[in-house]
Amino acid sequence: MSLDPGYLEYPMRRKGMDHDLYPWSNITERPPLALPGGAKMAVGLLVSLEWFPIVPGEAPFRAPGHMQTAYPDYRHYTAREYGTRVGFYRLLDAFEKAGAKATIAVNAAIAERYPSIVADILAAGHEIVAHATDMDATIDSTVPEEQERAMIASARDTLTAAMGMAPTGWMSIARQQSWNTPRLLVEEGFSHCLDWVNDDLPYVQTTASGPLVAVPYNHELSDRQVIVVQQHSAESYVEQMKDAFAWLAAEGAPRVLPLHLTPYVMGLPFRMGAFESLLEWLAAQPDTIFATAGELAAALPGEDA
Amino acid sequence: MREGERDPGLYGFRPWRDRPAIEWPDGKKVAVWVSPNLEFYEIDPPANPHRKSWPRAHPDVVGYGHRDYGNRVAHWRMAEMMSKHGFPGSVSLSVSMCQHMPEIVADANARGWEFFSHGIYNTRYSYGMDEAQERAIIEDSIRTVREATGQTIKGWLAPALTHTPRTLDLIAEYGLSYTCDLYHDDRPNPVEVSGGKLISMPYSLEVNDHYGFFVYNMSPREYADTLIRQYDRLAEEGGTVMCIPLHAYLIGQPHRIGPFEDVLRHIAADGRAWITRSGDIADHFLSTGGYEAAEADCARYAKEDRA
Repeated sequence: MSLDPGYLEYPMRRKGMDHDLYPWSNITERPPLALPGGAKMAVGLLVSLEWFPIVPGEAPFRAPGHMQTAYPDYRHYTAREYGTRVGFYRLLDAFEKAGAKATIAVNAAIAERYPSIVADILAAGHEIVAHATDMDATIDSTVPEEQERAMIASARDTLTAAMGMAPTGWMSIARQQSWNTPRLLVEEGFSHCLDWVNDDLPYVQTTASGPLVAVPYNHELSDRQVIVVQQHSAESYVEQMKDAFAWLAAEGAPRVLPLHLTPYVMGLPFRMGAFESLLEWLAAQPDTIFATAGELAAALPGEDA
Repeated sequence: MREGERDPGLYGFRPWRDRPAIEWPDGKKVAVWVSPNLEFYEIDPPANPHRKSWPRAHPDVVGYGHRDYGNRVAHWRMAEMMSKHGFPGSVSLSVSMCQHMPEIVADANARGWEFFSHGIYNTRYSYGMDEAQERAIIEDSIRTVREATGQTIKGWLAPALTHTPRTLDLIAEYGLSYTCDLYHDDRPNPVEVSGGKLISMPYSLEVNDHYGFFVYNMSPREYADTLIRQYDRLAEEGGTVMCIPLHAYLIGQPHRIGPFEDVLRHIAADGRAWITRSGDIADHFLSTGGYEAAEADCARYAKEDRA
C-alpha cells in the first residue's frame, strides 16, 4: 500500500498563505483601528434574518437551521418564522433600549415577503447587508460561476428595491463560499463581506477585480455556536461575552467584540432577559460604541467607506 | 507493533498501584507540560483515500478561517500569557509552519519552547503511506525543524493523529525518544519497538482543549475548572505527568483565554509542579533509570501468552 506520489508534494509550501485570497498579517503589528469618536472598543451586533422554504434545497448543501423532519416539517418551518415575526422584534426593541445600531443580514426573500420588516429596520437606523436570496441559496465551489453571479445579483436587486439603495455588504449562507465568491461580490458592487472568521479586526482581501474588505464576526462567539451547538444557557453565554469583552478591552489597542444573533435562538422569552442585561452592561462600558459592519469596514486605516 | 494481531503489542501491562517511585527534580510531585499545537491546515489539500480533510467543498471558509485565526490573532495572546506565568511550550508543530509562518516559529523558539513534529501539514495524513513515504516525512521533519530553529526533535505526535503500523518503529530508528500518540497511562512508559528506546509521553485527549470545547462542549470556565481538578489530583498522587494540549485557535479565543489564565496562575502558585517541557521529562526519565525500572515492573506482570 502506498499513496500517490503527489501526496508528498507541496506546491504551496512557501512563506505566507497557501492561497492568494489575502496576505498573512499579524494582529499585533497593524496600525490601530480608527473607531468613531476615538472609541477603544466596538461591539458589532449582527442578526441573521432568514427565510427557510418548507421544501428544503439540497444543492450544494442543506443550510444549517433548515428543515429536519420528513415533509412537512411544521416544527422547524414555524419555529424559524417565530424568530422572524416575534424574536426579531424583541431584539429590535432591545437594541433601541440600549441605543445600539445593529447590522441585519437579510435574505432577499424576507424583503419580498415582509417588506414592512425592511422598513422597520431602516427606520430604526440599522444597516442591512445582503444575505443571499433565501436559505436554499447555498454556495460552494461546485456551483457554476454564472449561477452564483445570478443569485448574488438577484439578492442585491431585490434588496435594492426594498431599501431604496443598494446594499454594499454581503454575507453568504453558512459563510460558505466558492473560489469565485469574493471576486463576484466585487464585480456586483459589494465593498465588504462578513464570511471570514479568521480575525478580530477588519482586513483587506484581494481579488482579480479589486479589493474586498473582510469584516469578521467570530462564529465561536455566536449564539448559534454557544447556545445551539454547545448547548450552554443564555446566562452562560452572557458570562462568556463579558469575559471576552474584558480580555479584548485589556489588550491595549482598539478591538471589536462581535455578537452574532439568531432571532429564533436569542429572541425566545426565557433568553431575552439575560441578553438585555448584556446589552445594558456593554452600553455602560467606557470608551465603547456599537458599530455596524459598514462602520467597522470604514474604521480600517486607509479605508473610508 | 504486531501488525494485524488482536493485541498490537505496544507496551507491557503494569497496574497503577505498587509502582517504583518517580522522583521529579527538586522534589516536585507532578511534571506539567503545556503543548501548543502550531498547525497549518491547507485550504486545498490533495485527497487521502482513508480520510476526508474538510467537511465542505474547498475552500471550507469557516473551517479554514477558524484555524487561521490561531496564526493571525491567537498565537500571541496565548504565548504572552504562558510566558507571563512561566510556562514554556512544547510545540506540536506542523513543520511547514517553518515556511509559512516563520515569525511564529521564531517567536516560539525565542521563548525557549521545544519543538516536536506533528507532521508536515495537519491536512496530510499518514494513512496509506508506504515505508519510503513515511521515512520521507520523518526526515523532512527532522531537517526542517533543525534548519529553522537549531533544535533536534525528540518527539512525535502523528499528523492529525494518523498512524501506520510502522510509525513507532521508524521514529525510534531515527533517534526520537518519545511518542505522544499513546494514552494508556499518567506516567512515561517503555514502548515496544523493533530497535532503540522509545517512551510514551502522557499527552491527553480528555483534557485537550479540542475535546473540552468540541467533544464535551464545555464552557470556558468549566474547562478551566476541569484542568484545575486534573492538576490537583495528579499533584496529590505524585510521580505523575500532566499535559495541557492546546490550539491557539481554540484556547486563544477572547472568551476562553481569561478563564484559562486562572489555570496557569493556580498551577504556578501551587508549588508542587515541575513546570517543564516534554523533552526534559523524557530526558529525566531516561537518565534516571525510569525506563529500566518500568520495564522491570512490567516483567512482574508479564504472561507468556496475552494474545
